[in-house]
Amino acid sequence: MFSMDLLLGAIVLGVLLGCFYAAVSVGLSVSFGLLDVPHVAHPAFLVVASYGVFFLNDRYDIDPLLAGLMITPLFFLVGLVAYRIYYETFERRGSDAAVRGIAFFFGVAFIIEVLIILQFGVDQRSVTASYIGKAWQFGEMRIPIRQLVAFAVALGLTILLAVYLSRTFTGRAIRAVAQDEEALRLMGANPVRIKQFAFGIATAVLGIAGALLIVVAPVEPTLDRAYIGRTFCVVVMAGLGSITGTLAAAIILGVAETVVLTVFGASWAPAVSFAMLLGVLAVRPQGLFGR
Amino acid sequence: MTTRRDSMVFWLGVIVFLAAVAAMTQIVRNEYPFFAGYVILQFIALAVAWSILGGYAGYVNFGTNAFFGVGVYTAVALFKAFGAPLAVQIAAAAVVGMLLGLALGLLTLRMRGIFFSIATIALAIIIETSVMNWRFVGGAAGIQLQRPAVMPPFDSYVKMLCFVQALLVVIAVGTARYIQNSRIGRGLQALRDDELAAECTGVPTLRLKLLACVISGALISAAGAPAAMYLQYADPSSAFNLNYSVSVLAMSLIGGTAHWIGPVLGAIVLGVTQQLLAVTISSEVNVLVLGIMLVLFVVGAPKGIIGLLLPRYRLRAGGKP
Repeated sequence: MFSMDLLLGAIVLGVLLGCFYAAVSVGLSVSFGLLDVPHVAHPAFLVVASYGVFFLNDRYDIDPLLAGLMITPLFFLVGLVAYRIYYETFERRGSDAAVRGIAFFFGVAFIIEVLIILQFGVDQRSVTASYIGKAWQFGEMRIPIRQLVAFAVALGLTILLAVYLSRTFTGRAIRAVAQDEEALRLMGANPVRIKQFAFGIATAVLGIAGALLIVVAPVEPTLDRAYIGRTFCVVVMAGLGSITGTLAAAIILGVAETVVLTVFGASWAPAVSFAMLLGVLAVRPQGLFGR
Repeated sequence: MTTRRDSMVFWLGVIVFLAAVAAMTQIVRNEYPFFAGYVILQFIALAVAWSILGGYAGYVNFGTNAFFGVGVYTAVALFKAFGAPLAVQIAAAAVVGMLLGLALGLLTLRMRGIFFSIATIALAIIIETSVMNWRFVGGAAGIQLQRPAVMPPFDSYVKMLCFVQALLVVIAVGTARYIQNSRIGRGLQALRDDELAAECTGVPTLRLKLLACVISGALISAAGAPAAMYLQYADPSSAFNLNYSVSVLAMSLIGGTAHWIGPVLGAIVLGVTQQLLAVTISSEVNVLVLGIMLVLFVVGAPKGIIGLLLPRYRLRAGGKP
């Protein structure tokens, strides 16, 4: 039955899960939070990365995290191209670009889903690595090592991106373009090129995040639907564009999910992120950590 | 603007359409055309209903599946509890859809663009999860339904459902046409183009938005209700399938949302294509074609089929800076 130990275990696992959620959301925090692109296809790209990692692991027996690193440059290029298409067709034309942009990314997400199904089938896929399948025992509590690995990598990735955005020249330029595009133009910089680069970074991060996704649990083609809720919940709760906020919000979501899972059972878990998202949107749309 | 002659032509067309469907149910023996026809009619009703909020008002609703599923499960619950007849099921679904639309409108008062869209997805998942945990209607496993005896003059239940869905199409199109030509439609268009400017010039944007949510929601749920009896089975993951949302979105945008005929055309074109593909190839390719057509039209022909066919709408599109 319900006990303190159980709750404590849920919270610890929730924190681990939360850091993982931060890693999968941090790209969206840049593309949607900073650049204002209605990137509904972000989770679909994430699942594509997972299948890329699966392919490399299954075919060439490459460690999933290394495989994630290998596909990162490819994702950077995909991001550059995707933003260019989005910019040329929607952002530059203005007027009802928002409505069509959303429909565009929604369509792209569905195309991706079907292409994965056609290529890999609807079955769940997972990877093999030395750290998958084992667990550490702390008294009553049992923590899978795959969760710990994902936690460590996710935390590192998120902090790295936060430092990049606040310390480096390009990172600051990205934040500047989010704050006032017109001012940047007046200073003689090209805001579109900076945004394109930023979108590239946001997509590149998905290479690693996708590796973590398939390390934590098996993936299936329609997994992106659940992650629409999680990633947007994290980014909106964080306050658009705040990376440290993203980490905090992701941990809140992770803990909330594991606690609901422990107390009410698995059948209620899918609704947690969406309910929190709806709550935040209705009550505090600027996010918990927003200005 | 419509003239009296336009109206007469429209209602004459409606009468011919209903008479044709009714005659088909009496003459054609084979049931298959009605199975396929029901699905196409259902998508016409859904697409027209969707575009009242998504097209006229410019609020992209990804939660079509929420309203559709609520319609299905209202029908299922009433049928299981009281053995309610089809007409009662549909009417009740419309009322529940109306309430859900009102709730959505109130919840999203301050949201625009992507926030509204994400909120509608969230609503759909939350309702789906609740239905999954609702034992009375079968929970996640779904529920089997036994159709009652068919009412004369129809000789099969599917034919009757097809005629009922044709009636729902007429109601949806009639409502959309009325809205389009009335103050409501012009107000919605104003808030779509610039909500702040509309508000400043005295358009009651809040009331109009709520009204659009309520009407659109009621019509979608009503169009979804007969699906329970059509399939003789209901389960949460198919009743709340996101495919409904993307199909309806694609049909509306491909047809064009500036005029009620747009979603009708889009639904017919895509619906027929889907029926052919589902028979000849597979349901995955089906969704793929849908997605690719959606993306192509959104990028290449923003005003949809009607924008390509009617120069009047093309001119209006090109007139903006």
